Amino acid sequence: MLAVGSFFVFTTIILLAIFANYLAPHTPFDPSTLNLMNGFTPPMEPNEFTGQVFLMGTDDQGRDLFSTILYGLRISLFVGLMAVLLAMVLGVILGLISGFSGGWLDIIIMRLADIQMTFPSILVAMLVYGVARGMLPPELRYEMSITVLIISIGLSEWVPFARTVRGSTLVEKEKDYITSARMLGLKRFSIMTRHILPNILSPVLVIATITFALAIIAEATLSFLGVGVPTTKPSLGTLIRIGQDFLFSGEWWILLFPALTLLALALSINLFGDWLRDMLNPKIH
Amino acid sequence: MFKKLVIPALMISFTISSATAETVRWARAGDGITMDPHAQNEGPTHALNHQIYDSLLQRDMSGAIIPSLATAWSALPDNPKIWRFNLRKGVKFHNGATFDSEDVVFSLNRAMADGSEMKELLSSIKEVRAVDSHVVDIETNGANPLLINNLTNMFMMDKGWSEVNDVMTPHDVAKGETNFATMNTNGTGAFMLVSRSVDEKTVLKANPDYWGKNLYPNQVTEIIYTPIQSSATRVAALLSGEVDIIQDVPVQDLGRVSSTDGLKLATAAQNRVIFLGLNTVEGPTAELKVRQAMNIAINRESIKKVVMRGQSDPTGVIMPPFVNGWTEKLNEYPAYNLDKAKALMSEAGYSNGFDIVLNCPNDRYINDEAICQAAVGMMAQIGINVTLDAKPKAQHFPIAKGGEADFYMLGWGVPTFDSHYIFNYLVHTQTDDRGSWNPTGYSNAEVDTMIVSLESETDLSKRNDTISKIWANVQDAQMYLPIHNQVLNWGMRSGIEFDVQPEDQPHFQFLKFN
Amino acid sequence: MVLLLVALVSFIIFRFVGNPVENLMGQEATMAQRAALEEALGLNDPIFIQYFEFLWRAINFDFGNSYRGALPVSELIISRLPATIELALSSAILGVSLGVILGIYTAIKRGSIISNLILSSSLIGVSLPTFLIGVLLIWLFSVELNWLPSFGRGEVVELGWWSTGFLTVSGVKSLILPSITLGLYQMTLVMRLTRAEMLEVLKQDYIRLAYALGLTKRKIYFFHALPNILIPVITIAGLQLGSVIAFAIITETVFQWPGVGLLFINAVYFVDIPVMSAYLLLVGFAFVIINLFVDLAYLLIDPRLRDSQLRREV
Repeated sequence: MLAVGSFFVFTTIILLAIFANYLAPHTPFDPSTLNLMNGFTPPMEPNEFTGQVFLMGTDDQGRDLFSTILYGLRISLFVGLMAVLLAMVLGVILGLISGFSGGWLDIIIMRLADIQMTFPSILVAMLVYGVARGMLPPELRYEMSITVLIISIGLSEWVPFARTVRGSTLVEKEKDYITSARMLGLKRFSIMTRHILPNILSPVLVIATITFALAIIAEATLSFLGVGVPTTKPSLGTLIRIGQDFLFSGEWWILLFPALTLLALALSINLFGDWLRDMLNPKIH
Repeated sequence: MFKKLVIPALMISFTISSATAETVRWARAGDGITMDPHAQNEGPTHALNHQIYDSLLQRDMSGAIIPSLATAWSALPDNPKIWRFNLRKGVKFHNGATFDSEDVVFSLNRAMADGSEMKELLSSIKEVRAVDSHVVDIETNGANPLLINNLTNMFMMDKGWSEVNDVMTPHDVAKGETNFATMNTNGTGAFMLVSRSVDEKTVLKANPDYWGKNLYPNQVTEIIYTPIQSSATRVAALLSGEVDIIQDVPVQDLGRVSSTDGLKLATAAQNRVIFLGLNTVEGPTAELKVRQAMNIAINRESIKKVVMRGQSDPTGVIMPPFVNGWTEKLNEYPAYNLDKAKALMSEAGYSNGFDIVLNCPNDRYINDEAICQAAVGMMAQIGINVTLDAKPKAQHFPIAKGGEADFYMLGWGVPTFDSHYIFNYLVHTQTDDRGSWNPTGYSNAEVDTMIVSLESETDLSKRNDTISKIWANVQDAQMYLPIHNQVLNWGMRSGIEFDVQPEDQPHFQFLKFN
Repeated sequence: MVLLLVALVSFIIFRFVGNPVENLMGQEATMAQRAALEEALGLNDPIFIQYFEFLWRAINFDFGNSYRGALPVSELIISRLPATIELALSSAILGVSLGVILGIYTAIKRGSIISNLILSSSLIGVSLPTFLIGVLLIWLFSVELNWLPSFGRGEVVELGWWSTGFLTVSGVKSLILPSITLGLYQMTLVMRLTRAEMLEVLKQDYIRLAYALGLTKRKIYFFHALPNILIPVITIAGLQLGSVIAFAIITETVFQWPGVGLLFINAVYFVDIPVMSAYLLLVGFAFVIINLFVDLAYLLIDPRLRDSQLRREV
């Protein structure tokens, strides 16, 4: 039940983001269409100067919140997805190598994982961001922010993938079919990709789901620390950061709607991940 | 330690005002950097030191210059290069030492020593001499009619104490130096330092032997100063009664603060102007018509109304109204006129607009990033595609003044209350010792000469004529797009009677409880 | 070796963050003064020379003076450390104890309405960013209800160089909101882990045997099942300390908690290089120590796992 519900919510959000340019009544990322006088319009009430009405109200710059959330979702989802992909690819490859070859390579990779754990994503992001900012021209600021977010979140989340994959590989490689594959003279690479990889896919998938939710929240947290995307093209996290400034002043909608969207998104992914874990874990059934 | 344990135990009931009536719990966004009075020239540092140290003369809560440790001063009639100061008698430092002319000579020399951040303000001084125990002469290189304007933040230290503790020169913060005076104080001021933990908490108590005891209200017996960076947390602390006064209420929370029972707002214009600077040498903004177009494409009224919630004074000149040289006429800002702006753009050959980066701080001025964001939208209306690059001030300022930026935000306060201060940093050609904040490339030899001449012109009406001539040049060149003068908002408990000081410096001896 | 790498990363990278010179000089400073200052700070030396100088000093616990506070960095960090450790400790205790209790409950009462409610509402906690939870808590408990302080540590008592907030009422009250904010994520994690382990253990033969022998449920849960699940739970909680330290940065920023996290974030905004690099070294050092303890604890508790490699597969 819960799983179906959360899957439905998740798909809806994804579709909303994908078709944002058809669904959004405004184009909040085009500054020439904004009118500052529309700022702080409450939801479903006409603005006192322009008379315009907005479904979810407007933010401090007069942007339609509903449209901005849709476009912001795109950024958040893109960052989350790419970060997970990066973490997964890195983690799976390093885990496979580590588990399959053992020896000094194994030791180095696992040590690297330890060091990585020392620097949680927030620290990594601030480091990478600081460097990138110093070296790239400001015109590339938007692209850079997104890349930095992806790299820093991706870098800090590869460890669970690597450890899980390495563990499963260690177990799998002792099994008879791998031993026989080896005896048949198959190359390491093809053993890894054709035989071991399919067997470790399910735990990887579970971790990926949870990491996806983590990445989306990490993006929001980093925006709070000022390491996120520019406010002219806000992500969901940046919107929340802007919105919390107006919590005490009575402009609740600027915080509430983006926060609810983020909550719905992360919660549905987490619930879906739970369900996936239970489905794929034979021990519980 | 016993006391520390007992007091909070008594505060179990959640009352709004748990401190005694005489204690003021004061919060603002940032802490002072050092207690050494000459080591930094920075607002929060001076604000804290003003409670402990006194200067020869000071600005009161309205910004007017009043006597402090000097009771009278004037340039000698026969020699305008010499200023004579009569010192207040019977003043004691916190350690009991007597304040006399030796301390003044020592302190001013200390403020001019290496490592001092105050020395630029004293650069016109040739020598400081003690005439007798309570009379001091300051001789300047040329006649300096406005010397006293530079002395309001120039604090007096005890020579004997400085010798004993080896703090004869200021510590050079920049070199990572530190000295006894970084954390210890001995002033003549209304308050004495009890304890200090940087960025956390500073406690001051009233000086029982304060010389101004009968001159000012002096109702505060204890000050607990806690910097709170996060604006939401700072407002929350005021709303929940955990602090009595905050210096920087975010504009969006003004309504909440003023409508909360037991709290009130005090508002006053600040001596700080906010503007955007443009590259006048390269790129499209080198074209005067483009700069003019940008100037009238900025809708200052809507910035005031929406971004600043009415808390700003839009202006057409980069000069706060407190400054000598300010006129209504200069202050008038051009009407927002999109059609005219577009016409100017096409006259300049940019009817299709252009791309530019706007560099902006995000932790320095009131709503700085939001103002820049609004400017991005306004520039888009005339086809200029602006990329906003907002950063913390530590990263913004090197770009803004280094000449790397074509379009940037800056705010300027004028501690001397005179136009020369603005010209010297923002208008003069960028050279080794002048024009350090003028990366626009604006350079006019005639204007430069006029700026330098202001420093020794004793005929004040002639001097004011020169000032208005320079302003005419600045307004014509349009290298700066003025936005507004900031407005200060202090939020405080209703029981407090306290005026907002235009330099954002509370002097707690003036505070009254009612 | 880990520390050396951390030191390298921390030092080199922060050379690029910004220019400290701007902050140090007032608006009056001239170009020439600026250049002189850069020279004095050694910012013009080749980077590797700056790094080796830094390393040498770090070995001697000399991180220089903070560009900003003009105080020795080591002194600054020591004075701020108690605040962070107390916050991390109370949030960890809160997270682990509540997590274990709720985890056991939801395992025993599997499928009940309350269990499902606890499980799904705990997910809400991890589906919102920490800073938002902190701001919401302040809004509710400080501003609207006026029950708890919104910032700082309250009254602290000095015990030698250690300052503690545990001994005063206002100190403890000040700890509540930041601890909840910081501990929420830990709690959810521990709870879910406890639940999973518990469900697994309850299926084991020896538990069935205990049932068959007629032992009371309480005895079975607390004397037979619980000890077996604590090992992995504590391990994971320990390994999570790294992220606790990271999230402490945010919690401390929101609550103006005067710990090392706040010190660090201020250092970043102010480009205070000595403080930043010392902080990163501290984090690296703390992590190495934690790892060591977890490894040792593991060997002590469970002799079967002498091969430390196996731990990774748990």
